[in-house]
Amino acid sequence: MKYRIQQEAREGTMLINMGPSHPAMHGTTRVMLELDGEKIINCELEMGYLHRGFEKICENKTFFNMLIYTDRMNYVSPLINNTGYVMTLEKMLGIEAPERAQYIRVILNEFSRVCDHLTALAAMCMECGAFTVFLYMMKAREYIWDLMEQTTGARMTTSFIRVGGVRSDFPSDWKKTTRIAIDETRKVLKDCHGLMSKNKIFLNRTRDVAIVTSELAINYGWTGPCLRSTGVNYDVRKAFPYLVYDQLEFEIPLGERGDNFDRYMVRMQEMEQSLRMVEQCMAKIPKPSSSSESVTKGLEPAEAIKASRTKKPEERIKLSPNLEGTEKEKYPGILSGKKCIVPPKEDTYTNIEGLISHFKLFMRGHGIRPPKGEAYFAVEGGSGELGFYIISDGTDKPYRLHLRAPCFHIVAALEEIVRGNYLADIIPTFGSMNMIGGELDR
Amino acid sequence: MAISKEKILEDLKQKFSDNILDMTAQFGDDIIHIKKEALQDIVNFLKEDPYAFTMLLDLTCVDYQGEEERFEMVYHLFSLSLNLRLRFKARLKQNDCKIVSLTPIFKNANWLEREVYDMFGVHFEGHPYLRRLFMYDGFEGHPLRKDYPLRKQQPKIDLR
Repeated sequence: MKYRIQQEAREGTMLINMGPSHPAMHGTTRVMLELDGEKIINCELEMGYLHRGFEKICENKTFFNMLIYTDRMNYVSPLINNTGYVMTLEKMLGIEAPERAQYIRVILNEFSRVCDHLTALAAMCMECGAFTVFLYMMKAREYIWDLMEQTTGARMTTSFIRVGGVRSDFPSDWKKTTRIAIDETRKVLKDCHGLMSKNKIFLNRTRDVAIVTSELAINYGWTGPCLRSTGVNYDVRKAFPYLVYDQLEFEIPLGERGDNFDRYMVRMQEMEQSLRMVEQCMAKIPKPSSSSESVTKGLEPAEAIKASRTKKPEERIKLSPNLEGTEKEKYPGILSGKKCIVPPKEDTYTNIEGLISHFKLFMRGHGIRPPKGEAYFAVEGGSGELGFYIISDGTDKPYRLHLRAPCFHIVAALEEIVRGNYLADIIPTFGSMNMIGGELDR
Repeated sequence: MAISKEKILEDLKQKFSDNILDMTAQFGDDIIHIKKEALQDIVNFLKEDPYAFTMLLDLTCVDYQGEEERFEMVYHLFSLSLNLRLRFKARLKQNDCKIVSLTPIFKNANWLEREVYDMFGVHFEGHPYLRRLFMYDGFEGHPLRKDYPLRKQQPKIDLR
C-alpha cells in the first residue's frame, strides 16, 4: 500500500525521508516530506519503530510485576509513570499512602519533571546549535539524578513508587543532596536563560514558527506545557489535585502565541515552579516514624534464620540493610495497605506470618487483586496528562490496560503544523514537542 | 455559572433517551453506555456550549472475547470549562465491528482510531486514512485481540 504522501504527490515536488534514524529525530520516527524547494507542502509521520506491545504484555503480567514496565514508558521521567500507574491501582483498591510517602512522591515527581524538561530543552537547543546549553542542562540533570540514585538505587529504571507508598525512605543526608541539586539547577537555568532566551539566532528559529492556536491544540487533545504555551490554563495538578499538590503554592506559567519559543519558555518557567515546590515539600515533610535514622549492621539471611530458631520471643533480629530488613520501623511512615505491600524481609525470614504474607503476595492467582471494575486516573506527566485506564476482572492480572500517552496527541499534530514552513523549522518544532519514543510507540 | 454533572447527565438522558442504554459510576468515574449509531450525535451535542466537551482525552477499545457484542469502544471526553471527564462506551458485534469515525470532530481521533484499527481490527466509517499505525503493512492479525497469542510468529515479508 502506497503512503498517502506518495499518492497525493504533486508534479515537480521532491519527496524526502527524514529518519527513522536521523540525529534530530529523538528516538526513531520517520517523517516523510514533500518539498517545494525548501518549503514543506505535505508531511506524513510513520512511527511504531519502538513498539514493544506494552499493553499486550501488561495483560499477561500480574499487577505487581507490571510496575517495572511503566519505567520504560517515558524513560526520562520514570517516577511519574510509576506514580500514575500506582495511583490508578490505589484508586481502585481504596488505599491512600501515608503523608510522608506522599511528600516523597511529590519531591521525586517534581524532580522528574525538571529532568524531563531539561532533557527536552537540551535536545531542542542542541539541535539549534547551542551545544553548550545541552552540556549545562545535562550537568544539572546529573545533580538531580544523584538524589534519585541515592534514594531509588537506579538512575532510570526506578520502580520506586509502590502501591501503598514508596519502596523506601530517603537516605539520611537527602536534604543536603537536594539542596545542592536545587542550587545547581537554578544556576544552570540562569545561565541558560542568559544564553538562549534573548539569543537572536535562537529567536529567529523559534519565534513565530509553528504557531498553534488554542483551538487547534484543544482539538488535538494537547495537554501539559504544550497546551499551556497556547494560553490555556489546564494543569492536572490544579484541576484534579492529587497527592499533596493542593497544599503547595505554585503557579502555572502560560504562553501567549503558542509558537516554539513559548513552548520553550513555558518549560523554563515550569522548572522554576517545580524547584519551588520541592523547597516547600522539604520544609513541610513530616518526620520519619522511627527516630533511629542510622542504619545498624544486621545479619545476613542465613544467620538470621539460624538466630530465629533460638531467639527469645520478644527479641528482634536485625537483617542486613540491603535486604529491606532494617526498614521495618519505617514501614508505617512510608507504606500502608495490608495485602498490597511486600512484607519486610526480616519478617519473611524469621516468622511464619511474614512468610505466609510474602507468599500470598507473590503466588500466582494471589497478590494485588483490585475489585472488579475499571478506573481512569491521570497525573501531570512531563509532557502532559498521563492517564492510565485499567480494567480489572478481579484476578491478579489486568483485563485491559491502556496508557494515555501525552506526546501521542502532541506529535499527531506535527503533520499539520509544519505544513507551509521550511524544512529547517521541523527541527525546533519537533524538539519543542518533546517526543518520547517509549511513550509514543508503547 | 457552570452546570453540574447531574444536570448534564439528566440532559443527556432526556435528549437521547432511546440511545442511552445505561448510566453507571465506578470508582467515582461516570460511565455512559450508548448505542453506536448515536455516537456522533452525542459527541456533537456535548461539544457545544454550555457543556463544551471540546477535548477527546482518549479513545480505546476492549475485547470481550466470547460475548456476542465482542468489542467495546471507550471514549473519554473532557470539558475544560467544567473540569469534568465523562466516559462513553459503545458495543460492537464481532461480525459487524464498524463504528462511525470521530475524525470530523476531533483531529486526534485520526491517530487514535488508526491505533485501534491496528490493534483490534475495528473499522471506522469515514476515516480519511485508515492504515496501521504501529505495525507494518503485511502484519497478520490484530495483536491486542484476546485470541492473538502472546508469542505468535509473523511471516517474513519482502524487503521494501
